[in-house]
Amino acid sequence: MAGARPGDDRTAPLVHTAGPTPRSATVLDAAEVSRALTRIAHEVLERNKGPEGLVLMGIPRRGTHLARRLAERLAQVEPAFDAEACTGSLDVTLHRDDLRRNPTRTPEPTRLPATGIDDATVVLVDDVLYSGRTVRAALDALSDLGRPRAVRLAVLVDRGHRELPIRADHVGKNLPTSTAERVFVHLAETDGEDAVLIEGPTERHAEGEER
Amino acid sequence: MRHLLSTADLSRAEAVRVLDVAEQMAATQQREIKKLPTLRGRTVVNLFFEDSTRTRISFETAAKRLSADVITFSAKGSSVSKGESLKDTALTLQAMGADAVVIRHGSSGAPLRLARSGWTSGAVLNAGDGTHEHPTQALLDAFTLRRHLVGGGPGGGPAADRVGADLAGKHVVVVGDVLHSRVARSNVHLLHVLGARTTLVAPPTLLPIGVETWPCEVSYDLDAALRGDVQGPVDAVMALRVQLERMDAAYFPSAREYSRRYGIDAARLALLPPHASLLHPGPMNRGLEITAEAADGARSRIVEQVTNGVAVRMAALYLLLAGEDA
Amino acid sequence: MTTTLVRAARPLGAEPRDLLLRDGLVAEVAPAGTLTAPDGARTVEAEGLVALPGLVDLHTHLREPGREDAETVDTGTRAAALGGFTAVHAMANTAPVADTAGVVEQVWRLGREAGWCDVRPVGAVTTGLEGQRLAELGAMADSAAGVRVFSDDGKCVFDAVLMRRALEYVKAFDGVVAQHAQEPRLTEGAQMNEGAVSGVLGLRGWPAVAEEAIIARDVLLAGHVGSRLHVCHLSTAGSVEIVRWAKARGVDVTAEVTPHHLLLTDELVRGYDPVYKVNPPLRTDDDVRALRAGVADGTIDVVATDHAPHPVEDKDCEWSAAAMGMTGLETALSVVVQALVEPGHLDWAGVARVMSQTPARIGRVASQGGSLQVGEAANLVLVDPAARWTVDPSAMATKGRNSPFAGRELPARVVATFWEGHATVLDGALATARPAEAGSTWTR
Repeated sequence: MAGARPGDDRTAPLVHTAGPTPRSATVLDAAEVSRALTRIAHEVLERNKGPEGLVLMGIPRRGTHLARRLAERLAQVEPAFDAEACTGSLDVTLHRDDLRRNPTRTPEPTRLPATGIDDATVVLVDDVLYSGRTVRAALDALSDLGRPRAVRLAVLVDRGHRELPIRADHVGKNLPTSTAERVFVHLAETDGEDAVLIEGPTERHAEGEER
Repeated sequence: MRHLLSTADLSRAEAVRVLDVAEQMAATQQREIKKLPTLRGRTVVNLFFEDSTRTRISFETAAKRLSADVITFSAKGSSVSKGESLKDTALTLQAMGADAVVIRHGSSGAPLRLARSGWTSGAVLNAGDGTHEHPTQALLDAFTLRRHLVGGGPGGGPAADRVGADLAGKHVVVVGDVLHSRVARSNVHLLHVLGARTTLVAPPTLLPIGVETWPCEVSYDLDAALRGDVQGPVDAVMALRVQLERMDAAYFPSAREYSRRYGIDAARLALLPPHASLLHPGPMNRGLEITAEAADGARSRIVEQVTNGVAVRMAALYLLLAGEDA
Repeated sequence: MTTTLVRAARPLGAEPRDLLLRDGLVAEVAPAGTLTAPDGARTVEAEGLVALPGLVDLHTHLREPGREDAETVDTGTRAAALGGFTAVHAMANTAPVADTAGVVEQVWRLGREAGWCDVRPVGAVTTGLEGQRLAELGAMADSAAGVRVFSDDGKCVFDAVLMRRALEYVKAFDGVVAQHAQEPRLTEGAQMNEGAVSGVLGLRGWPAVAEEAIIARDVLLAGHVGSRLHVCHLSTAGSVEIVRWAKARGVDVTAEVTPHHLLLTDELVRGYDPVYKVNPPLRTDDDVRALRAGVADGTIDVVATDHAPHPVEDKDCEWSAAAMGMTGLETALSVVVQALVEPGHLDWAGVARVMSQTPARIGRVASQGGSLQVGEAANLVLVDPAARWTVDPSAMATKGRNSPFAGRELPARVVATFWEGHATVLDGALATARPAEAGSTWTR
C-alpha cells in the first residue's frame, strides 16, 4: 500500500516544511493578509447588501481557516451575523478531476453550516485561485449538498493561469506569476505565521503543495 | 496502495488512513445525493468464484456510489464453473480493461496469486479467499469498533474525534470457528496493528496449529474471557459463523453442546461491561453461535456493520484507484 | 564402441587419476598423467573434476505412458543424463498404472530405445494403486524389466494387512516395497505442512504425524516379518528418529530423502506459488536440519529426486488447484552439494554412497553404483565442484518447468556422464543417445 507521499500536505501535514526555501520572497506579510481579509469582508457585505442569507464555505485546509476569519470579521461589522452558525467547510477531493495526476489525497471533513445552504448565498473561500479546477470541483460538490440561491468566490490570492472559465468575486491580492513560480500561503493556524510567499523556478522539483 | 490482499500487509498508518477515509465516505452516505463522481470512467470487476450475496452487493454499492463502472462476474452459470482457470478469467478481464478486480475465491491465496502473476494489471482487492483472509471485513469491524469505542463514546461522536485514532488499549474477544475463519485471521492482524488486544476463544479442534505464534491470547473458556479473566475487561465480542457441516467432521459433538459452550446469548453478554459491543460478520446461524435475543439486542452492531461495510469498501476502492498510477 | 581416456579426474574426490573406459568397462586406472590415449580414443580433460559412479535415482516420475504432455521416457532420461544419472527408477503411477508385466516391459523398452540411461521400472504394489489387491508382483519381477522395487508412490499402502503381505511376498524374488508414508485420513485435502505457516495462510495442514505414524507401523511390520522395507522421501525430524530407532533394533529398513527437502522449507509457501507445492510437503527448518543430520549419520541411506514434472497449466493456477511435485533430476547433485557437502555433512565418497552405490544396492541394479575400479561397468559422472550456475527451468531437458530452484545459484555442475562407456553428456550438454541395439551384457 503506497502511503502518503512526502509533500502532499493534504495527506501529510507534517511535511509542509518542505515548501518555500529561504530564496522565496514575501508578497504579503501578516498585516497585509489581515487588511486583505478585512477588505474582502466589507466587499462581501456590500455585495450582499448586508449579512442576510450569507454562508461561508471554506475549502480545506487553508480555505477553512480563511472562512472562519472572514466570518469573524463579518460578525464584527454586523453583530447580527452568527459566525459559528453560518460557516462551514467543503471538501472537494472526491469531486476533483485531477485525482489521477496526484498522489492519493485523504478527504477532509465537509461541515455544513447549521443553517444549511439551500437558498443561501454561499461564499466559497480558498487561499489561492490558479487553474480553477478546485473551484469547479467545489461547485459540483456544493450542488450535491443543496441548492444555494447564489455562489460567490473569495480568494486570498489570484495568481492567474486559469484553465476554466472561472473568476473570483473577491480577491485579496492579484499576483501575476509565471507557471514556473510557486506560491505558498502560510496561515497562523497551520503554519505558525500569516504570509504569502512566491518562489522562482528551481532545479529540483520541490515538493509541497504548490498553488 | 497497489492491492489490498491481507491486513497483515497494512502498517498502522495505512490502516488508520483507510478508517479515516471511510469516515469521510460514511459522511457522504448520510446525504440525500449519495453518489460521488470520484471514480468516473474506471472499471471495477467483481469476480466471485464463491457465492456471497452480501459481500458482492456491498462492493457493488461501494463502486457505484463512487461512479465506477461495475461488472459482476459470478462463478455460477459462467465459464468459471465450466472449468475455466483463474488465469484465463483474469486474462479476459485484463482484455476488458479492468482497473480493479474484487475477488472472492474458495482457494486461499488466489487473490495474491492474481496480483503477483501478471495476469491482470489492475488493483486486486481480496473479498475473501478460502480460509485465509477477508481484509475489508476486518477493516469494517475496526471501523465499527472505533466509532463506538473511541472519541464520542457509544454511538459515536463527531468524526473529528476519531480521525487519526487507532484502537490502542481496547480488548476484543473473537469466538467461534477460528480454524476455518478468514475473518478471524484478518482481524487478528488488524487489531494487533491498531494496538488492540485480541482473545480468541474456540474449542481446541477449531483452532489452527501454530495459533500460539499469533499476536493474541487463546482461551477455551468463553465465560472466563468475557468476565475479563484472560486479558482484562472486554470492549467488544465478535461471534464467528460456525458451519453445521463441521459437526460431521467431528470438530464438535453437537450444535447444542457448541451453543452451550461457545454461543453468545444474553446471559453471556451480561458478563460484559456496559459499553461493550457485539459484532458478527454474517450471515448468522441464529440459535447456534448467537441467540436472536443477543443478535437483536442493544449491544448488537451487526446491522451497522453492513452499513459501514459500504463506506469501508468505498475507502478501499478510493485508495486503490483514485491516485496517480503507480 | 568408443574408447575414452578421462585424464586427471579425482575419483570420489581423491587424488587425480587417469581412467580408461573401454568396451563399456573401466579398463585401466592409473595416477594422473601416466595413461596415454589409444589410437582413435576420445580424451576428456578432467583436471579439477570429481569423478563419481553414475548416479542412480530410486524415485523418478517419467509420466509415460499416459501423461506424455508432462514428460516422456525420452525427455525424462535426457534430464537424468544431464543430471549425472546413469539409472533411474520409473515410478508406477502412470496411466495405465505399471502394475503388470506388460506395462513395466513397455517402460523398460522405451528406456532402451531412448538410450540416455538405464530405466528400471518400479512396479505397483496394488492393482491400479488402489490399495485393494496385490498386483502381480512376481510377474513383474520375472519380466524383461526385472522389477525389484515395488511402490504405490503417490498413494500410501494404507491397509496394514496388505502391506504385511506385500513385504512378505517380495522376499521370494529379493524385492523391496518402497512405501509412500501418508496416513490418508489425516491428510484429506491437505495442502502444505501443518504448522505456524499453514495456520496463517489458511491452507489445510499436512501433519508430520501422518507420515511418522505410517513409518512407525511399517518398520514394526518389516521387523515382524523379516522383510526389507524402503521408505520414500522422509520429510520430518520424527521420521528420521523412527528410522534411526528401527535400524538400531535391527530392522532391515532403508530410507530416502529428496534434494528439495534438504534445502527448502514451508516458509516458501507464503507467496502461494504452486511451484512449492509437493508431496510430502516442504517442512520446517528443524526438519531440514534433522534430515541433513540423518544423511550424515547414515540413518537416511539415499537421496532420491522424486522428479515430478507437470505441464505448465497444472502449476499456473491457484494453490489448491495446482498439482503436487517438483522437477529434480537436473538440480539434484548441485542441491546435494549445497545442502550436504558444503556444510560438511558428506564428502564426495559420501555423495557416491547416497546417490549411486546405496540406491543401486537397494534397487538391485548390479551394473550400477560401483566405485570406479577396474573391471566395473563404466558408469561415471564428471563433476566440476567449483562451478556455480543459475537454475533456468526453460533451459532444461525435462518437459517440466516446475523447478523450485528457478533463479537460484547452485554449486557444482555435471560436465560429462558416461553410461557403460557411452558419453551421454559432454561439456555439460547432451552428447548422443546410446543406440538401442548396442545393449550390453550388463542390461537384462
